[in-house]
Parts: sequence; structure tokens; C-alpha cells
Amino acid sequence: MELIIEGIRKAIWLLFTLDPEVLGITWLSLKVSGTATFISLFIGISLGTVVALTRFPGRRLVVSLINTGMGVPPVVVGLFVTIFLWRNGPLGLFELLYTPTAIIIAQAVIATPIVAGISLASIQKLPEALRLQILALGATRAQMIWMLIKEARLPLLAAVMAGFGGVISEVGASIMVGGNIKGYTRVLTTATVMETGKGNFDIAIALGVILLIFTFCINAILTGIQQRERPR
Amino acid sequence: MSVPILEVRGLKVSRGGVPVLDISELTVQAGEFLSLIGPNGTGKSTLLLGLAGLVKRNAGEIRFHGRAITNGSDMLEYRRHLAMVFQEPLLFDATVYDNVASGLKIRGMRRSHIRPLVEEHLELFGVAHLSSRSARKISGGEAQRTSLARAFATNPELVLLDEPFVSLDPPTREAIIDDLGRVMQTRRTTVVMATHDRMDALRMSNRIAFMEGGGIVQVGPPSEVMHQPVNQTVAAFVGIETMLEGEVRDSSAGVLVVDINGRSIAAAGSFTPGERVMCLVRPEHVMIFPAGSSTESSARNRFTGTVRSVQSFGLIHRLEIDCGFLLIAHVTSLAMEDLHLKQGMTVNAAFKATSVHVIRSSHS
Repeated sequence: MELIIEGIRKAIWLLFTLDPEVLGITWLSLKVSGTATFISLFIGISLGTVVALTRFPGRRLVVSLINTGMGVPPVVVGLFVTIFLWRNGPLGLFELLYTPTAIIIAQAVIATPIVAGISLASIQKLPEALRLQILALGATRAQMIWMLIKEARLPLLAAVMAGFGGVISEVGASIMVGGNIKGYTRVLTTATVMETGKGNFDIAIALGVILLIFTFCINAILTGIQQRERPR
Repeated sequence: MSVPILEVRGLKVSRGGVPVLDISELTVQAGEFLSLIGPNGTGKSTLLLGLAGLVKRNAGEIRFHGRAITNGSDMLEYRRHLAMVFQEPLLFDATVYDNVASGLKIRGMRRSHIRPLVEEHLELFGVAHLSSRSARKISGGEAQRTSLARAFATNPELVLLDEPFVSLDPPTREAIIDDLGRVMQTRRTTVVMATHDRMDALRMSNRIAFMEGGGIVQVGPPSEVMHQPVNQTVAAFVGIETMLEGEVRDSSAGVLVVDINGRSIAAAGSFTPGERVMCLVRPEHVMIFPAGSSTESSARNRFTGTVRSVQSFGLIHRLEIDCGFLLIAHVTSLAMEDLHLKQGMTVNAAFKATSVHVIRSSHS
């Protein structure tokens, strides 16, 4: 018990004195996961919208694949990204393994199906007739798609939040492709794992608290969005 | 006559391989109000979507001001001359103002030109006070008003209305119909409205098209469809309750004598003796007199019968009278009291020969 109290006390101290190492790790985490989410947003929303609005053979399979992708364990993604980026792997020549870029790639792969799945569901949930209504207002196809995305902007924001929440708290892939190199690829989760392993509970708790604050904020926004209703 | 605003020929639409719409011909004149009526699932909505080019046509042609609309770039141009209002208001998650402005924004109109048009239409449809309110926070009636304002804001030549009043309570609905009527009178906008409410169709339209099984079975002025339905489905829909099957006995100078269960009914029409026909009588056209009174009516058809049942609809009462055949009559409350009408009473019922509409029997 004393261990925890002492840990929390030190953690608060680290947070309030803006400890450079903690700050650096937090900043890197935000940068890496933010970039990964941003990439997944483009691919995920486009993919989700296209699948939601078109009918083609094999569509059900694509939907199932996206839904499966939403639940793929990050270590599996880490494994495949590692293989691809390995010195002798298909993308080995770029020498990306154990760089922040590698973590961004892995996290984008994890977040894309989450964003695509939620986008697909939210665009599909709009009333069927809304599409017809927009076209009847004289919209081009591109205008219609843009208006539908705008109409689903809140659930899409939820998709972004869910994607970000998924990758910032993910540890398996980050440690595999990033290598947890101090000051270079060490992010909140990988640092927490390491510090806990070393018995440095104060830093581990400080990092844990920061992660919890992020998670809380993300879920608060998500809850707010989910409580809203569409107009008649 | 000038070129019709809209001409439809051989329009065919199927869904999942099943034909749902087959319109051989339909013409709409500029400034006209045409109602599509008929039971649910007869293709009214599909026809409207077809007119807006929003369903895939399997065959057929739509001409707008005499020019055929193809599926390419004409379609967008054509759609920008029309507007459509659905049963649900289908508003965007934005303010009432932005909703009304949406059609104009789509057309790439400048902000400074949009404002006066939006304000004018918010005013016309009585939602100016809600301008900055979110569309999520207004009532159903206000939402439908906003939807109408959005449709009219682009000053469309043709407005397609798909059951726009069906989910509104009666006072709201009346108020909106009044406002819509006013706008249309000043604009002379051409309207095609789908409805399953015959009263709405009767009071608003210049012409009514009756739809059945994906096709149009009758088109004409409201009085014609009301009084001279072409078949039993139309008759039932426009409120004709007495439909008597019989055989033509005699036909001379446009007056028929039809035998119904051994009783003769005089009717106007031209059929040849021996033909199986249906005699249709509107319940409002049946007059009721006390039994034994000397009927002062000039009506050719007079029968004595027993009141089988009395049903009250507030101001109107529906009587079933057995006079060898079942005759349905509508009687006002006042007449009910005057004649002391009750179930089981014997009465005289009368209707004019010209009140009987005769159609060929569907069973022959």
C-alpha cells in the first residue's frame, strides 16, 4: 500500500514539475498516435464511405473483413509490420524498423479498420431517403457524398476518437516495431511496461495517470456524441 | 395547347426483377396540381422517384418542356429545376436557416444572394422565428415547414410531394396545407403529389391520377374520378360504398334498367341488354324519407327497406338499408333527429338515375 501511495506522490511531483523525460515520452506518444490516427482517418473514412454507399459482389465479405480488422490483436499487426520492415523484408530497404515511422505505420494499420468500421456503420445508419433528398436538391454525386459525410460528422468524430484511443493505449505493436529506444521510440505504453519491469513504480504511475487522463477525455467526448440525436 | 412541362412514356421500373412501375403515358401541364392517389404499395412513391430520375428506369422516356432527359449531365440540370419533399422532413443536422439554404448552396450561389431568398422562404412557411434553431430541436410540423421552405427556396418549376402531410396532426396539417396553397397560387408552381388521402387530393388538385398495381388506371378532374370511377378499386377508394352487380334489362336513350336480385334500378349509361354490370351509388346521393310518406322527390329509384345498422361518425351517420339489396346512405345528424331514424325502422330510400354510375362487371 505504501508503495502505491509513495508512487502516486512521486508521480504527482513528476507531472507538476513537468519532468522532461515524462514530457518527452508524452509528446512522442501524441505525435505518433496522432499521425497514425490522421492517416487512418483518410483511408478509413474513404473506405467506410465507399463500402457504405456502393453495392458490389463480395461486399458482405469486405464488411466482415473490416469488422474482423477492428478486433485484430495489435501484436499480430506488430508481427506482420516487423516482417515487412525487416532488413530482408519487402520494405527492408527503407530501414524503418525501430523508428517512430514504424510505430506510425503499425498504429495506422490498427486504427484504419476501426475508423472504417465505425464510418461504414454511421454512414449506413443515415436514412436511405436522405441520399435521394440530397440528389433531389440538385447535388452532384461528389456533393452528395460530402453532405452525407458532413451529416455523419459526429459519429465520424467518434470513429476518430475510437481509433486514437485504440492506438495510444496499444503496447504490443509499438514495442515490436519501435523497440522502446529511449528518447527515440519510447512511448507512454512501452515506457510504462519497462518502468514497471524495473520496479520504478513512480514513473510508471505517472505515465499511467497520463494515459488514464487521455482515455477519460476520449471517452467523455465519445459519450457526448453518442447521446445526440439526428433531426427528424 | 402549349408543350406540357412533363411527359412520361412507357416508364418501367423493376425492383429485384419484379416490375413495380409501368406507366404507359402521363402528361403534366405547367401550373397544374396533379395528385397520385391509390392504396399503399401501388407505386406512387416510385413514380415520383422516377419523375425525379432517382430510380433506375428499365425503359421509358421523360420529357421536360419537350426535351428528353437522359441519364447523363441533363439529369443534374433537370434536377435543378425541380424539388422534392418526402414524408419525413429529412433535414440536415444544421440550423433551420442552413437547411433552407442548402439547395441554393449546392447550386453554388453567392452568400449575399442566398440570404434574401432564405429569409423570404422562412417567412412564407412560417419558420422565420426558428431561423437559428437547430433542426434537431424543432417539432414535426416545424420540420416539415422547413423542408417545404427548402424545396421552394430554389424556385423550382416542378415540385414533387411524397405524402408530405401523413405524419402530422390534423391542425398542423391544415395550417401547412393553407400556407402551401398560398405559395403555389402566387408562384404557379407545377406540383405532383402522392397521397393516400382522397380528401387532400380532392381539394388541392386540378387532376387526379389513380394508381393500381404500378400503373395508372384513371386520370381526370377530381369530380370525374369521384363520380365516375372506372373500376371497383377506384370506386372503393373514392368512397363509393354501394356496389351492386346486375344485368342490363333495357337500354334506351341513355337510360338503363338494371336488374339487381329481381329489383330494377334506373341508371344513366350506354350498355346493351344482357351485359353484366356494376351499379355504383355514392352514400351522399341516397335520400331517406319516412316510410309511407308520399315521396316528393323526382328520383327515379325508390325503394322501401329496413335500417340494418346505424354507425355514427359525429356529424354524419352511416346507414345500412336492406331493400332486397344492401344500400349504404350517409345522413346528417339533423336528418337523423328529424326522421327519428333507428335500427330496425322501415324507411323509403331514393336516388336519381343520374346518381348511379354503371361500370362493366369485373366478374363477366
